[in-house]
Amino acid sequence: MQNNVKKRNTVKILILLVIAIVSIIGFLFYNIQGSFSYAFPKRVVRVCAMTITGIAIAYATVMFQTVTRNRILTPSIIGIDSMYEVVQTVIYFFLGSASIFVVDRYLNFGTAIVAMVIFAILLYRFLFRADKYPIFLLLLAGMIIGTLLGSLVNFLQVIIDPIEYLSLQNRLFASFTNVKSELVGISAIILIACFLYGARLMRDLDVMNLGRDNAINLGIDYDKIVLRVLILASILLATSTALVGPVTFLGLIVSNLAYQFLVTYKHSILILGASLISIIALVGGQFLVLHVFELQTTISVIINFIGGLYFIYLLLKESRSAR
Amino acid sequence: MIEIKGLTKFFGKKPVVEDVSVKIESGKITSFIGPNGAGKSTLLSMVSRLLDSDTGEVLLETTNVKKMKSQDFAKRVAILKQSNFINVRLTIRELVAFGRYPYSKGRLTAEDNAKVDEALEYMNLTDMQDKFLDELSGGQKQRAFISMVIAQDTDYILLDEPLNNLDMKHSVQIMKILRKLVDELGKTVIIVLHDINFASVYSDRIVALKDGRLVKDGLTSEIINTDSLREVYDMTIPVQEQGGCRICVYFQSH
Repeated sequence: MQNNVKKRNTVKILILLVIAIVSIIGFLFYNIQGSFSYAFPKRVVRVCAMTITGIAIAYATVMFQTVTRNRILTPSIIGIDSMYEVVQTVIYFFLGSASIFVVDRYLNFGTAIVAMVIFAILLYRFLFRADKYPIFLLLLAGMIIGTLLGSLVNFLQVIIDPIEYLSLQNRLFASFTNVKSELVGISAIILIACFLYGARLMRDLDVMNLGRDNAINLGIDYDKIVLRVLILASILLATSTALVGPVTFLGLIVSNLAYQFLVTYKHSILILGASLISIIALVGGQFLVLHVFELQTTISVIINFIGGLYFIYLLLKESRSAR
Repeated sequence: MIEIKGLTKFFGKKPVVEDVSVKIESGKITSFIGPNGAGKSTLLSMVSRLLDSDTGEVLLETTNVKKMKSQDFAKRVAILKQSNFINVRLTIRELVAFGRYPYSKGRLTAEDNAKVDEALEYMNLTDMQDKFLDELSGGQKQRAFISMVIAQDTDYILLDEPLNNLDMKHSVQIMKILRKLVDELGKTVIIVLHDINFASVYSDRIVALKDGRLVKDGLTSEIINTDSLREVYDMTIPVQEQGGCRICVYFQSH
């Protein structure tokens, strides 16, 4: 029976892989008008950005949900993407859109990532003390700080020069149509580094499904690994946010679809599945935006709409099974 | 031998365990008993390093537990707490196989699989090893978790109220298995028990706690008598001999 499950999972992963490849090919080649040599490289960059974002978010969310032992949370709950908005708004507000921090995209990207990761690490440093405070205190505090940062951003945006505001707004909406192509390479490097580092944690995460006490019993340095995962998830989320902007619900949808679709506790398989679903959602979604809705809407609107519905469905399902 | 030396734990300003020192002998079943809030579970959690102590130390043979690597400790001492909520779907076999994690790090060898088979057989779970945990009754689930701890193959097995929510039949079943583990495989079992009669009938030694302090520590026969129990529970409990067992008839005591 175990082997059957394994075989079925392999088949499912292959199906996802095929769909992902088909949607990538479709996105790359469908209805190219005008100069191929102009349009094609642009599409390649976009597909790369979507793939990186998709994988980063899926990866971060699955790990985050295991260490928080909660399947309706995403790492954005601790306010990392609010921190992104803060960084961008502060730069635009105090330095203006002509400043080097805006014009030099590497600098902008680097500043944003460093700020987000420092924010996350400070939060963990102060609030994550193993048996003293439970992890939910950290999440609550993160949520409140995130809201505070959001209000701060709002305040600055109200009093900022309207022209600056327009160009700022462009930065703050998730967009795959104008990806910063220079950033794709460095994001890919960060993602690969995270994977290399995280590979060692996968099996430990499998054991952490059994809960803190059982995991410690089985020789896991639980609190140390939770901290590592939180930092890893922050880096991944920061990277994807800096690359395309905040995509709130995506991680929630793809992780839960992966749990339902693949019956396994193994993180290596779950993360692979969630990543593929994520790529399908982003590339397929963007395909729809371009060719069906003809740019009348954006992918983040679609994702948040579907994500919102799915979230409500999950809440209803959880409350039913809790009874 | 596990030696507990001056362990203290505060929750806020309230001491839950206060300066407890006791030696746990190898190859025996030792029961921790005492009223609610006596600190039994907290003490067990500190011994098994689920919880940090504020002061004091725990020695395994002669090594300070805190100085051991988690993975090495996991090969010597196993702990099972009473609430085990799992939000993924696992089969019994998959759960039991996790018991081999300290040795195999998730890559099961033939030897690991043999140990898993053995542990399943020991708990009478071989026939239903492919059932999912959420399809099981409370007793079966408890057996599955104990089976995982057996697969872990440690010299010391610590259990926090393993009889909680079990009916008489399953309770007796589990206590008999623990007895077998000690008598046949030479394990050392430390167990937190609420039902004093199970402690009386199945354990070799009893450690009694009250308000976070050690009140009694000795052979079962030295503790299970009206005078000693009065000190622990503030109740006058008649003790009757029944087929070689001492039974506490506490139902109408005051």
